[in-house]
Amino acid sequence: MGFVHRRRRGAELFLLVLALIVGIGAYAAVGLGVDGEVPANLIAYGGWLTLLVVAAHVAVRLVAPYADPVLLPVVAALNGLGLAIIHRVDLAKDTGLASQQLTWMTLGVALFVGTLIALPDHRLLARFTYTSGLAALVLLILPMVPGLGTSINGAKIWISLGPFSFQPGEVAKLLLVVTFAGYLVVHRDALALAGRRVVFVDLPRGRDLGPILMMWVVSLGILVLQRDLGSSLLFFGLFLVMLYVATERPGWLVVGALLFFGGATAAYRLFGHVQSRVDIWLHPFADPDGNGYQLVQALYGFAWGGLVGRGLGEGMPQRVPYVESDFILAAIGEELGLTAVMAVLLLYGLVVERALRAALISRDGFGKLVATGLAAVFALQVFVVIGGVTRLIPLTGLTTPFLSYGGSSLVANWVIIAILLRISDQARRPLPDLAADDGGDPDEQSTQVVKVMPEWR
Amino acid sequence: MNKPIRAVSIFCMFLFLALMANVTYVQFVKSSSYNKDPRNARVAEASYSRERGQIIVGDEPVATSKPVDDRYKYLRVYPEAGARMFAPVTGYLQLGSQTGIERSQNAVLTGEDPQLFVTRLVDLLKGETAQGGNVVLTLDAAAQKAAFEGLRDTLGPRGEGSVVAIQPKTGRILAMASYPSYDPNELATHDSAKASAAYKELDADDREPLLNRAIRTRLFPGSTFKLVTAAAAIENGKFHAGDQVPAGATYQPPGTSHKIGNDGRGQCSPAKISFATAMEWSCNTTFAQLAVDVGPEKMRAQAEAFGFNSDYLRDLQGQVQSVYPTGVDVPQSEGGGSRELSLAETAQTGIGQNTVQATPLQMAMVTAAIANQGTLMRPYLVDKVQTAGFNVLRTTEPEVFNEHAVSAQTAGELTQLLEATVDNGTASPAAIDGVKVAGKTGTAQRGDSLCSAGGKPPYAWFVSFAPAEDAEVAVAVMIEEAPDVACGEIAGGQLGGPIAKAVMEAVLKK
Repeated sequence: MGFVHRRRRGAELFLLVLALIVGIGAYAAVGLGVDGEVPANLIAYGGWLTLLVVAAHVAVRLVAPYADPVLLPVVAALNGLGLAIIHRVDLAKDTGLASQQLTWMTLGVALFVGTLIALPDHRLLARFTYTSGLAALVLLILPMVPGLGTSINGAKIWISLGPFSFQPGEVAKLLLVVTFAGYLVVHRDALALAGRRVVFVDLPRGRDLGPILMMWVVSLGILVLQRDLGSSLLFFGLFLVMLYVATERPGWLVVGALLFFGGATAAYRLFGHVQSRVDIWLHPFADPDGNGYQLVQALYGFAWGGLVGRGLGEGMPQRVPYVESDFILAAIGEELGLTAVMAVLLLYGLVVERALRAALISRDGFGKLVATGLAAVFALQVFVVIGGVTRLIPLTGLTTPFLSYGGSSLVANWVIIAILLRISDQARRPLPDLAADDGGDPDEQSTQVVKVMPEWR
Repeated sequence: MNKPIRAVSIFCMFLFLALMANVTYVQFVKSSSYNKDPRNARVAEASYSRERGQIIVGDEPVATSKPVDDRYKYLRVYPEAGARMFAPVTGYLQLGSQTGIERSQNAVLTGEDPQLFVTRLVDLLKGETAQGGNVVLTLDAAAQKAAFEGLRDTLGPRGEGSVVAIQPKTGRILAMASYPSYDPNELATHDSAKASAAYKELDADDREPLLNRAIRTRLFPGSTFKLVTAAAAIENGKFHAGDQVPAGATYQPPGTSHKIGNDGRGQCSPAKISFATAMEWSCNTTFAQLAVDVGPEKMRAQAEAFGFNSDYLRDLQGQVQSVYPTGVDVPQSEGGGSRELSLAETAQTGIGQNTVQATPLQMAMVTAAIANQGTLMRPYLVDKVQTAGFNVLRTTEPEVFNEHAVSAQTAGELTQLLEATVDNGTASPAAIDGVKVAGKTGTAQRGDSLCSAGGKPPYAWFVSFAPAEDAEVAVAVMIEEAPDVACGEIAGGQLGGPIAKAVMEAVLKK
C-alpha cells in the first residue's frame, strides 16, 4: 500500500461553493419566475444555507479530514435544489413547506456533525449489531400501535407524536444495514463454507443464517402488513446484496431473484392494492382522471418540460398530487427539463459510486459491508422512486433522497452520509505504523475484535 | 469482498442507465405525443393563457383575445355583432376543448405551428411572450349576414335550417350559416360554472344550436337532387336540354305497384314534355324515368363525381358524407349480403328520395360544379394564415376536387334548364333584376304522408347560382324545420328562394 490519499478538503470547499450556487441560485430563480422579483428573504435564506454547509464542511475538516471530498457537495446540491423546488411548489399551492424543510435540514446537518463527532470509528457500530436490529423492528412495529400510527395515502408507515410525524422506515433502513453488516461480517465464513449443497446452491447451516433470515422475514412481514411496497422491495434488495457481498456467492442472487418473482407474483395475486398499482403502471391512460391521475399528470409534466424545461416558475407542477414529496422529480422535469433530470440522476449516481468506492478501499469487512449496504439501499431507493414516477416500474411510493419534502427521510439520509464519510475517512487515511502488524489481506481482519484507530484524538 | 462489490457497482450502473434511458424516452421521444394529447390540461391551459391569434373575416376579427386580469391573462372574445352568425364556423374555445376553426387551426392560433417558427424565435429573442398567428377565412361578411338573417327572419324563432354559399371557380366558402346558433362568448367565459351551465343548456336544447347543420346534417335532398339525375341523363347521352323527355301524371316503375305522382302539377301530365318544362315544374315522373333509364351504377357514378360518399372538407372537423346508396342490405333470412338497387328504388333516388341524403354543403357543391363548367373545386374556409403582425405566411391555393364532375357541354345545358326554372318555373322567387340566375327548388317529403294528409312538414331546399353565364356564387339553402310556417306552405321556392336571392345579391353587389 504505497499509495496515500490526499485530504482534498480544499476541493470539497470549492465544490461546496458550486453546490451553494445551485441551491441559492435556484431559490432566486423561483422567485424571479413566479413573482418576477428576487425573493425578499434571499439573503437570510442564502446565509442560513451557507452557514449549514460551512458547518458541515468544518466538521468534516476537523474530525474526518481524509473523508471523500465529493459526497458532501453532491448532497448539499441535491438538498439545496430540493428546497428551491419545494419553495416553488409552496408558491403554487400557498403552503409553507420549504421553511419546515429548512428546519429539518438544519436538524439533519446537526445530526451529521453529531454523528461524525460521536463516531470516531465506524467499527464502533458493530457493537450495536443486535441492538440496532431490535430497534429497527420496534420502529417498524410502531406505526401499527393504535393511536400512534397514521395512515397516509393507504400506507400505514407513519407515527404521529403531537405535531410531529415521523416515518420510522427511513431510520430502520440504516439500522438494518448495521445489523446485517455486523452479523454477516462475523458469520461470513460459516455462511460461505459450512452447509449442504442442495441442487445448485450451497445452503448455509440454519444456525448461521437463521437469525438474520428471521429478522429479515419479520421486517418484510411488517412492511407487507403496512402496505409499504417500496420499503419492502428496498429491504429485500438490501438483504440480498449484503448476503451476496458477504459470502461472495452469486448463487444467492439467483435464489433471491427466484424468491423475488415468486413473492411478486404471490403479492399480485393476493393483494388488491398491488394489482391496482400494476394496472396503473400498465395502463395509466385507461383512467386518467381517477387512479391513473397522478402518474398521467407526472408524465404530462415531464413531457411538457421536454429537453430544457419550461423554466422555474413557468410550469404547473401543482397539477401532480404529492409533487413536493414522492413526485418532486416531476416538478424538476417540467420546469428544468431532461437536462436537469439527467444532472440529478448523475448526482445520485455519484453518491452511489463514491459510497461503493469507500467500500472497495475500506480496510475492514464491516466497513465494506456497511458502505455497500448504504450504497445499495440508496441506489435501490432512487431506482424504485424515480422508476416509479417515470413509469419504468410500478409506482411504490418512496421519498426521493434529499429532494423530497419530509423530515425523517432528510435527517436519516444526512446521517447515512455522515457514516459513509466516516468509512471513507478511515479508508483513505494513511496507515499508522503499527498497521504493518496487521499484514496481509484486509479481509482477514474482518473477524478480529474491533480496534479503535489510535490516530484519532 | 471486492469482487462482489464491483459486481454491485456494475448492477447499480445498469439501474441508473435504465432510469436515464427511460426518462429520455418520456421527455424526448414521447414528449410531443404527450403534448398533443387533448386530455393534457397543462397544454390547454398554457395555450389558454397565451395571446391567441385572431380569426378574421374580411378586415374584421370574428374571434379575438382580450387581456383580462385573471389567472389566464387572456379571454377569448367573439365580437357581439357577429358572434351567433359566425359561431358554426369559428366554433368556440373552452378550457381543454375547442371546436370549429378554433380546433382545426389550433396550432396556428396558439403559435405552435411550424410555419410560425421564425416569428416565435423572434418573440423569444425579444423576450416577448409568443403570440399566435391569425387565420383569415374565405367567408364574405355580407353573404354570411344575408344567410343568417335570412334563415332567422324566414323560419321564425323555432325554425332550423342552413345556408352554404360557394365561389364556384375556386371553392371558397362565402357563407356557411346554421340556424339556430349560439353565443360562443357564453362558452368561452373563464367562469367555469357559467361556462358549463351554458354548455349544458345548449346541449340539452332539442333544436341543437351547437350543431353545424351545413356539414353535419344530411337530409333527403328532394328535387334539388334532380340536378344530379339530369346531369347523369345528359352526360350519358340519353337526352339533351332541347329534347322531349318522358313525363306523365303518374309513373309506375318496373317491379312495383307503387306509383310516383307530381304533387298536382298538371304541366307534367302529358306523356312527353320538353326537358325545360320538366325542370321548370320539377316533374317527378320525368326524373324517376330518367334515373331508371340511366341505371343505378351510372346514377351513383354521377353522384360520386359531385362528392357524394366522400370526405372533402379539410378545414372543419366532423363533415358527414352525403349518401347515394351503394347497395341494399339483404336480410339474413334471404341470405344476407348486399344487392344493387332495384329499378323501383333507382326511380326513387332520381327524385332525391329512397336513401339518398345530402348536406347543404354537398348541394352547394353540386350547384357550384354546374356553375363552373363542370369542374368541382374542393371547398375551403381558410384563406390565409398570418403572423400576429398580419404578415401573410400562407395563402390557400384553390384545388380541383373533380375536373370533370360533368363535361362543360353538360354543364351548359343544365345551366339553360336552371335558368328556365328561375325565369318560368318554381324557382322564380330567386330572380334578380338585371342578372341571369339559375336555380332549382326542392321539397322533400318526410315519411309517407303529405301535409294535406296530416303528415310531417317536408324539408325545403333551394339551390341557385348567379350570374348564370359566369357564376360568382352558388348557394344551397336547406330548411329542416319551420314550425311557424303552415305545413302546406313549406316549399323550397317560397321559403328558400328569397334567402338564396339575398345571399347572391350580397355577393354580387361587390
